[in-house]
Amino acid sequence: MIRLTRRESLALGAATFGAGVAGVPLIGARAADLDVPTADVKPPVFKIETGAKLRVLRPAKFVEPDERLFRENTKKFTDQTGVPVRVDFVSWEDLRPQTAVAGNTGAGPDIIVGFGSDPQIYADKLIPMNDLADYLGAKYGGWHELALIYSRRRSNKEWLAIPLGGSGGASVYRSSWLKEAGYDSIPNDHAGFLAMCTKLKQSKHPVGFALGHAVGDGNGFANWLLWSFNASLTDEAGKVSLDSKATIDALNYSRELYPQMISGTLSWNDASNNKAFAAGDISLTFNGVSIYYVAKNSPDPRLQEIAKDINHQRAPFGLAGRPPQSALVVNAMTFKHTKYPNAAKEYLRFMMEAPQYAPWLAGCLGYWSNSLKAYGEMAFWNNDPKLKPYVATMDTPYYDGYKGPISSGSSAVAANYTLVDMFASVATGNATPAGAVKQAARQAARYLKA
Amino acid sequence: MDATVDTSLRFVPRQDGRLSKLFDSKPFLVALCMLPTAGLLLIFLTYPLGLGIWLSFTDTTIGQKGEFIGLENFVSLFHDPVFWTAVFFTIFYTAVATVGKFLLGLWLAMLLNHHIPFKAFIRAIVLLPWIVPTVLSSIAWWWIYDPQFSIISYVMVNVLHISNHYYDFLGTPWAARGSLIVANIWRGIPFVAITLLAGLQTISPSLYEAALLDGASGWQKFRRITVPLLMPILSVALTLSVLFTFSDFQLVYAITRGGPFNSTHLMATLAFQRAIPGSQLGEGAAIAVSMIPFLIVATLLCFFGVGRRKWQQGSGND
Repeated sequence: MIRLTRRESLALGAATFGAGVAGVPLIGARAADLDVPTADVKPPVFKIETGAKLRVLRPAKFVEPDERLFRENTKKFTDQTGVPVRVDFVSWEDLRPQTAVAGNTGAGPDIIVGFGSDPQIYADKLIPMNDLADYLGAKYGGWHELALIYSRRRSNKEWLAIPLGGSGGASVYRSSWLKEAGYDSIPNDHAGFLAMCTKLKQSKHPVGFALGHAVGDGNGFANWLLWSFNASLTDEAGKVSLDSKATIDALNYSRELYPQMISGTLSWNDASNNKAFAAGDISLTFNGVSIYYVAKNSPDPRLQEIAKDINHQRAPFGLAGRPPQSALVVNAMTFKHTKYPNAAKEYLRFMMEAPQYAPWLAGCLGYWSNSLKAYGEMAFWNNDPKLKPYVATMDTPYYDGYKGPISSGSSAVAANYTLVDMFASVATGNATPAGAVKQAARQAARYLKA
Repeated sequence: MDATVDTSLRFVPRQDGRLSKLFDSKPFLVALCMLPTAGLLLIFLTYPLGLGIWLSFTDTTIGQKGEFIGLENFVSLFHDPVFWTAVFFTIFYTAVATVGKFLLGLWLAMLLNHHIPFKAFIRAIVLLPWIVPTVLSSIAWWWIYDPQFSIISYVMVNVLHISNHYYDFLGTPWAARGSLIVANIWRGIPFVAITLLAGLQTISPSLYEAALLDGASGWQKFRRITVPLLMPILSVALTLSVLFTFSDFQLVYAITRGGPFNSTHLMATLAFQRAIPGSQLGEGAAIAVSMIPFLIVATLLCFFGVGRRKWQQGSGND
């Protein structure tokens, strides 16, 4: 199966480089990355220290090409510069504690590819990246909004990290079942969406969203409910602003939506919606590209059929002006304790340049979405139109703890499922909207007191 | 006889050197022999425990050294409904699961105490739930309770046609609590059964023979012979079982993670959730420290309430 995946992604890579050339400015581009439009910008010079060597920590792979291509690119850097680089892939749960240890003890890896909010938490321990980030932004059509939010200091816009990419969600649905219910696409407003979910339930193909203690999917669904009603956890100053009419509206909506969902979502964890979708129990859920990826690369003909039927669309906007979903961003931080800051910057520049970044992004097939806008023009996004909704994953103003300053407190709110439980208790009729909102606001305030 | 006595063989304690004098001193030797154990206890028990208690009085987070804030964590927990839900469920879980484990375990032990074919084999099988790593059995239970893929639902709906809908084992607070308790009882029975079986086998058959001659009924034999003689081991097994159940973590964490809406959080899982994923080390430590008084009371209750017998104080049995 792995070999099949590999071959497919190679073929896809080859197709990528052949197609989509016309109409794209090719200044400064090379044969291997023809379809990435770049501006002619002189790269900053980072004079690599003599005897430099680097240690890099990053989250474990999503899919096989993620690690393979990352290692290949790193090896290319070593071959060209002579700087040995050791890359360690650590599991997602271990990454935060290890980042904390490195940040606090002032020792450890030179570069840590951490999660979105980490650069804000360790801001004073990081080497500013303005020169590199400005160069990359100028060359590759600018940074997406989420990159600007997570990776720059809020006060003076200083770059704290280089965002590698983000992994986000969209509506994943079975197009044939939606058609059966009379829909060619998903309505973008709340009432329309609810009506569609009701029809899908009537035709025995209900929708399903995690309301259990699922860190990713549960919080993702809760945030969508909140943001699509223009409610937010905090205001711009970081004060908890949950107790609002918008939140009450979102809670009331969740109470109407819940009966139209498949039963049992209260105990769903992060794997449950993938399982239920693959089994054909649900017609629609919010998820990353993984459901599609697994089905498409499966030797099982039944899953192959499902893959053909799957389509993606951005989650309904509701009252929001932009897609009310965020993404899990990975941010490369260079710590002040490194002895080789120039080598680190040069390594990150190398990894973000098209000859390396483009094949990596294409190989991951939508698992990671680009942080630099130009990479969204690559042909592989168009070769499979089903991937299209994931192109602009990082083009969103929404982030964990929206709209306040980013802090470790918002991660604590997510880890404690404060919003998920608020929606779950109201949706099932176990709490009143007013009561649930007060309790959630009190809980959140404890972690967001700063 | 005198001539045969060789005076040089007489034992004369050597008086030379302070060191040898020191090694002859009993208190010193006792202290010396206990030193490795004491060291181990100090490093691996006292230090973490002390650190935990200290952390509970600080606002330490992962990534930030905290400051001493006194009882603030405990005050905040006192006003936190989630904490009290966890306290309630921990006590409820321990009480119901322990009663279940002991009733079923005692029953199983008495069955196994009879002469049955393949006795050794069956006893080995009975131990299985205890031997299998809890994480593995938890995942198995998670599948059994899955709202979409439960084997129980499948059999009831698709094979036996008794029910027309899949069961939502973990979907409501009380169903989820009950499901977790069943899984815990399943895992705990072997420990109780095997321990009590060992106790049953120490009871002399002559007592039962004498009772038989006196015309005692089965219930009377159980009530007057089995139960009193089983008491000592029962109290030890009960204490251990209560401690294991009270501090359970893996089952709940693997199956529900405390959901739906925190109704199945145990104090241990809540402490972990707040401290590690939530990175509030101080608050997590405060929850863990709050478990200590409950554990002490539970232990004392088991030990002195159930098993208060003279054998514990060193004199004969009554």
